Amino acid sequence: MIDIFAKHAALRTAYEGLTAVSPRNPFEVVIERPLSATVGLIEGRETLLFGTNNYLGLSQSTRAVEAAVETARTMGVGTTGSRIANGTFGLHQRLEKRLASFFGRKHCMVFSTGYQANLGTISALVNKDDVLLLDADSHASIYDGAKLSGAQVIRFRHNDPVDLEKRLARLKDHPGAKLIIAEGIYSMTGNVAPLDKFVDIKTRHGAYLMADEAHSFGVLGENGRGVAEMQGCEDGIDFIVGTFSKSLGTVGGYCITDHDGVDLMRLCSRPYMFTASLPPEIIAATLAALDDMEARPELRVKLQENAARLHAGLKAAGLQTGEHVSPVVAVTLENIPQAVGFWNALLENGVYVNLSLPPATPDNRPLLRCSVMAAHSAEEIDKATAVFKAVAEHFHA
Amino acid sequence: MTDSVAGISGMIIEKLLANPKVPRDINGNSKIVEDLAFDSLAVMNFVMEIEDELDVSVPLDKLADIRTINDLAACLHTLKASQA
Repeated sequence: MIDIFAKHAALRTAYEGLTAVSPRNPFEVVIERPLSATVGLIEGRETLLFGTNNYLGLSQSTRAVEAAVETARTMGVGTTGSRIANGTFGLHQRLEKRLASFFGRKHCMVFSTGYQANLGTISALVNKDDVLLLDADSHASIYDGAKLSGAQVIRFRHNDPVDLEKRLARLKDHPGAKLIIAEGIYSMTGNVAPLDKFVDIKTRHGAYLMADEAHSFGVLGENGRGVAEMQGCEDGIDFIVGTFSKSLGTVGGYCITDHDGVDLMRLCSRPYMFTASLPPEIIAATLAALDDMEARPELRVKLQENAARLHAGLKAAGLQTGEHVSPVVAVTLENIPQAVGFWNALLENGVYVNLSLPPATPDNRPLLRCSVMAAHSAEEIDKATAVFKAVAEHFHA
Repeated sequence: MTDSVAGISGMIIEKLLANPKVPRDINGNSKIVEDLAFDSLAVMNFVMEIEDELDVSVPLDKLADIRTINDLAACLHTLKASQA
């Protein structure tokens, strides 16, 4: 009998190599419970959380919590069905209308996760006769959506409009539709995409443009609509995809567009059709978090201040960070043993960040991915950067 | 030099040898993943360099069938020819 797990041999070797040098398993960190948006209990210790996506701290929004409790009491805790069968409640449609209006667009489709929003949108928009042009550093959900679609996939160099244009020019005689996909903020590095330049290129080459604003929604732009709003190019974005599991603190995803053809996507997007819809209390909490986000623009101002403070603090500690000041700050290290040692020392000293390893990182180098929240105090940020500095001195990073 | 499969294969080997981590004894039959110890991301990034050299784009699904340097050269040659 053939060992069905034999294909994982290389993964097992890499995994065992990593866990052998790490006092704790980096993939099994348990936040026993959050004590607030910024502090969680890990290994029995109060630990500063600098590795979440809870940018506005709204996972702990009182308004959202109360909305969830009230809705669970009145409607129960699940829909037990898919959107096209028995899983569409009035609340789902309310959220779709609310989000479309927030973006000033005609249509919104809500998916059960952000991952499914990418899978469901990409696989419904393109097929084997079409071409996808993906930023090389795209999230796994974009690559997986591309695979599910069957479209030809061409990568362009990360955040590089010249490279994108070169590749589009090579496709000038290709008869299929062309869809360019870029993210607003890249989740591992915090890099911000030049969406305004991509809009210019897609217009000249007759392509469509989809922007995944998962990490930039609620974070950038005067009203929190993301990088496209910040760069003044929203009209040129054909499809905006995003998630509720970052700034809004809940779970779920969406696709927003002015194209009327999206209505039929509800009948051909398999990740939309063949999964249970979001439970009502999650929808209610998301609506309340959106109200919170709109009512408190000061959260975004504070988030930017905190991002600048963390970025400057890590740079002053002599660490290698990216140039973009965004709520995600990646500290690049040289090799995996150094990164594993560094990450463990941070956790033992009360600071939780994400350990990101190749091949999930650009340039084949490990990263310590730090993310900041509007809810962090200046003291918490300064404490985290001081711990980083002390650990860096120990590891000569 | 790049209008034949052998020419493209030679150019790929030259590019690969510019990387000191690549074994010195590679040839057209060397397997990209097994012999060069490239992971999937490294393969995609390396192909990008070759694409620039030949002014051609390789769709990702084509990479799935490529095992050796000669396979890659043949794929690039076909794409280049279909573009001409």
